[in-house]
This record gives sequence, structure tokens and C-alpha cells, in this order.
Amino acid sequence: MDLSFTPLQDELRAQARSFLTANPEPSWAQLAELGWTGATVAEEHDGAGLGFLDEAVLHEEAGRALLHAPLWSTSSLLPYLPGDDQATVARGETSWTLALGPLVPDLDTATNVAVVGGDTVWELDGAERELLATNDETRPLGVVSGGEAGRALCSSEVLPALRTRSLTILALESVGVGARALELAVAYVAEREQFGRRIGTYQAVSHPLASSHAELELARSLVWWAAWCVAEDDGQAAMAAASAKAFAADAAVAACERAIQAHGGTGFTWEHVLHRLYKRALWTQSWEASPAQLRAEVADHLLDRGEA
Amino acid sequence: MDFRDTPEEATFREEVRSWLATNLPGELKGHEGGAARFDGSEVRAWSRTLYDAGWVGISWPEEFGGRGLAPRFQAIYLEEEARAEAPPHLGVIGLGMAGPTIISRGTDAQKQRYLQPLLAADEIWCQGFSEPGAGSDLAGVRASARLDGDRFVVDGQKVWSSYAHIADYCILLARSDPDSERHAGLTYLIVDMHAPGVDVRPLTQITGEAEFNEIFLSGVEVPLENVIGEIGGGWDVAMTTLLHERGTLGFALVARLEVQVGKLVELARDRGATAGQREALAREWIELQALRVTANRSLSALEKTGIPGPEGSILKLHWSEANQRVTKLALELLGPDAQLLAPNAPYGGYWPVQQLRSRGNTIEAGTSEILRNIVAERVLGLPRSR
Repeated sequence: MDLSFTPLQDELRAQARSFLTANPEPSWAQLAELGWTGATVAEEHDGAGLGFLDEAVLHEEAGRALLHAPLWSTSSLLPYLPGDDQATVARGETSWTLALGPLVPDLDTATNVAVVGGDTVWELDGAERELLATNDETRPLGVVSGGEAGRALCSSEVLPALRTRSLTILALESVGVGARALELAVAYVAEREQFGRRIGTYQAVSHPLASSHAELELARSLVWWAAWCVAEDDGQAAMAAASAKAFAADAAVAACERAIQAHGGTGFTWEHVLHRLYKRALWTQSWEASPAQLRAEVADHLLDRGEA
Repeated sequence: MDFRDTPEEATFREEVRSWLATNLPGELKGHEGGAARFDGSEVRAWSRTLYDAGWVGISWPEEFGGRGLAPRFQAIYLEEEARAEAPPHLGVIGLGMAGPTIISRGTDAQKQRYLQPLLAADEIWCQGFSEPGAGSDLAGVRASARLDGDRFVVDGQKVWSSYAHIADYCILLARSDPDSERHAGLTYLIVDMHAPGVDVRPLTQITGEAEFNEIFLSGVEVPLENVIGEIGGGWDVAMTTLLHERGTLGFALVARLEVQVGKLVELARDRGATAGQREALAREWIELQALRVTANRSLSALEKTGIPGPEGSILKLHWSEANQRVTKLALELLGPDAQLLAPNAPYGGYWPVQQLRSRGNTIEAGTSEILRNIVAERVLGLPRSR
């Protein structure tokens, strides 16, 4: 077993961190230029030909930066699209979102919409899009109406694997969101003084942050296990992704809530970035299965299918 | 990144598995022990069998009787030992604390003298750190070591010392400079538990068993050659010991939790579970997977630096709280049956004892409060609380 990152993965992480710090709202074309939109697309389809573990590094950073782009929604569907469609994504000409239920994410940014009909996933042509006011402004929800099934994209048999990939990416983003909230809290309590002391010296303040760190490290472990399972198409991928998303989403929400508390009134203001991290954490916790629902799935697997 | 065993690791794992399947006596499987763990001859004999077969000191240097393999092979052994429900080697304190401290800080003579008998379970070790007035605040140690020619004379009282009643040697922290305070002026000693003036009194714990003891020391003579590190430099050596305690412990703890969660799944199948209990069980299975991967991540740090990283604190913190929840959930599934003790209790009274024992998990080897301090100060870099 070797759980270390490759030099390429370390480099991708550093590149993503500095790029997103300098360009908090990049265009899809810019992301394509960096090779992110087609990271796992084969080189013959204009992609970078990387593995999912390499791309996974980018999702953690995208979560951290609250990236407002359809990277998660596109990447979830990407390996199941026809090769030519993968190529247009890799070149930054198209991006996708999948309408699984009445609420559809990323309708403000995705160029194309996919729908499930019968045993096929179709491209949805000519539909009207309506954006709905959403807590997390960086990942708004909307609805589509009208339109008709266009081209067939893939069989709906891919949906379980697609869901596993989607949950894994959301879990990766959650770790990034939670880690940034914790860093902000640590920096604040190390400086802020009350009663003549820096408030980070009070254990009532520091211990909740220690808990956030421990939970996020455990979340990181699950998330990289899930990402590896997805990359290797491992038999445990569905359980790993459900576990990772359930744990990481809860850890991110808790990290944000503790960070808000540690910041006092400042953390409760619209001006501070914390509420945006918190809203993303809550959004992710709810989509598309809550931690409680995912734990129920894990329990079914453990208790009803003869595995432990 | 690869979560699979390498071919080398897989071969080693298979060797451990088949050896345990062939050699573990049926009556020792699942032997949790209580008093029998210490007093019966079978666990000592089993420890010796493990040593003869080469399963003890897997990652220790070959020159001291180890096998010189990378720590991940030690980790694989611990996983398989727990899965087979084989009793661990009796020399827990020696293998996890005294041995690694002697290897990294001891003299050549100490290494030659103590390490091999420790591995072979011919000599058992205990730890003399905590005192009635120095628990989490270890720097408050008051036991005195008075220099008298070529020896120290030790007086004082130690407490919560597991295995002391069967131990041959003790790693002991004492104040060698009577005018010193706190971390300075402490010396780290190897004390012969059979020396005149050593009195051990077992303490009965919440489960009714006696795993730990008080040690009273009165005019106990310790030769200078039994000092580990510098005279007055004991604090630094003690920190080495504690780092190893939490570092190497991680794998054994996670492996034991895996067995515990497996038993809990069986219990839930036997007894049935409500939707809430099913969700709680899934939560623990997920936490177990997180701990398992985290233990493997921390191995990378250990293999790179030779010193366990601070991940050990996180592992111990979450393991202890998970084990408390897991055993509590078992009690809930058992209902009033959980109030019965052996021989009338279901599953031989396993769960009620485990649940009571688990309350010690957040106290021993660093309380959860101390571990959160460590994470806050040494990992997050927050200002010190005191």
C-alpha cells in the first residue's frame, strides 16, 4: 500500500491553489487552457490523459476556492459522453449538467443539459432554463421546462457509476471547503484578544478547532480512498463514495459552524467569506443524498447483503 | 497512491494468516483475558511461540533480535493478529514504549542487555510515569532520585501502571535535582521491579479486573548504567516514549476496532436493529474505514522519518471515542440482557465488560483533553493554553 501523492499531483495542487487565488472567477475557457476540463479525457480527444486521482486534486482545490463553474457537474458525466463530446469539453467549448430531478444545478454556467429517459441518457434540446434564488450563489439551482430529447449520449446503466463519481467529487470539494474554514478560524483566534489574552489560548475555543482538524483529516482519508476506488473501478467504490460523502459533508458543515462561532459577530456578517463557505457546505450536504440517507445505504449493504 | 498490497506485502500477509490459522490454539482465540491474561501461563507461552516464529519485533533492527522490516509489515501483522482474534504478546509496554525508547535513546550496553529478552517475553516491562499528583501534567513528577556514588536511590509513588504486578523492569521518570521544577531536573531510569524497596499493589478497575497497579518505591537502588539519556534530561526521553506509544499503538487499535465493529454487525443481525440503530452502526463502520486509511497514511510519515507523526494523536482520539460508541450501541441492541454478567449473559458477557473498559480509552495514553491540546498547539499552531 502506498498512500502518498505523486510529484505531478503535488504540482497540480500548487498550480490550482495559486491560480484560483489569483483568478477567483475564471472562465470555462481559462480552465480548459489549464487542462482541467479535460483532465481525464484521452489525448486523442484533446484531453490531458490524466487519471482520476490527478483530477481529484483539482476538485479539492475547487471546493476550497468555491469555484463558480460547472466542473463537478461536467466531470461527473464526462467519461460516459461520446468521444467527440469529450473533446469539446476538453477544448472548453462545452460543459454539462445532468437533470436527474426537478432541481438542476449549474444551469447558469453549463452549456449543455443531459436528461435520463428510459434506458438512455439524452441531450436535452431546446429547453427553457429558469434559475431559482439559491443560498449558495456559486452553485445555483434551477429548473428546465419544455425541450425534447436530442442525441443519445449513453446508456442509463452508467447511472450508478456516475453517481459514485459525483458523490466522490462532492466529498473532495467538501474537504477543501472545510479546510479553508478551519484555516480562517485558526488565523483569527491566534490574533484576536479578549480578557487580555489571545482567544486561541482558551480551550473552549481551541478544542472545537482541534476536533475540526481531526474530522477533516479522517474525511480526507475517506475521500482519497473513494477517489482511488473510482480511478481503479474498484468493487468497493459505491460504499467508499457513500462513506466519504456522508463523512466529509458533515465534517465540512461542522468546520464552518465552529469557524463562524470562533469569529464571533464577524463570522455572522455578509461581508466575511465564511457564510459563503458554509452555504456551499450545506448545499453539498443536501445533494443528492443526505449523510443520513447514505448511512442507511451503507447499513443496508452491511446488514442485508452479507458483507462486513 | 495505491490501496492494494504490493506483491511483497500480500505474500507477507498470507504468511501471517496461514501461520495463525495453523498455530493459534483454539482456547486462546478471542482470549480477552481479564486476570488470566496476566496470571495464566498460556499467554506467556503464546508470546514465546510468536517470538520463535519471528512475529515479534518485525520492524526492529536485526542486531537486537528483530527482523529489520519496514513498519508496514509490522502493521500487516497487527491487522492479521487482531482479525484472527489472537491474544497480543504479553510485553505490550516493552514492545510499544520501553523497547523503542531504548533503541532510539539507550546505550549499546542497554540495547544488548534488554531488547532480546523483551522480545522473547522472558522479561516484562511496565511504565512508571504517572503519580497521584502528576497525571496529565506529567511535569509535576515528584518521585525523587538521589545520586549516591555510582547509583541513584529512588523514593516515591507511581500509579496507573499496567502490568506492574508481573513486570521485571520499569521505565521510570524521577526528579534527580530536588531544586528543579517542571520539565528540568528529571531523569529517566530503568528500575528492576524485583529490587528491595519496590512494592506493587494492584488496583481493581471499573470492570472488576486488575490491569493496573500502584508502585511504591522506598530506597530503591538504581545503578547509573540504568539511566537512559542524560541525567536531568529525562523529559526529552519521556516524550520519545509517548510519541511511540501513540504512534505504534494506532494500528493495533484500528485492527481491534475492526473486529469490534464486525462483532457489532453480527449482533445487529442476530438481534435486529431499528432504523436509528442501523444508521448508528453505519456511522461506526464509516469511522472505522476513515481510521484504517488514516493509520496507513501515517505509516508514510513513519517510514520517511522513523518517528511517528502527530496523526497518532488523531487516531487515538477518534478510536477511543468510536470504541465507546460502538460498545454502547451493542448494549442498546442487547437491552436488559446487557446488565447480566457471565455465565448467564449472552455472548459470554463480552459486551458489558467491553463497554465498561472503553471508558478508560479516553483517559489512558493521553486523555482526550490532552490530545486536543496537542492537536491545537502542535498541529494547528495555536498559542499554548498554559
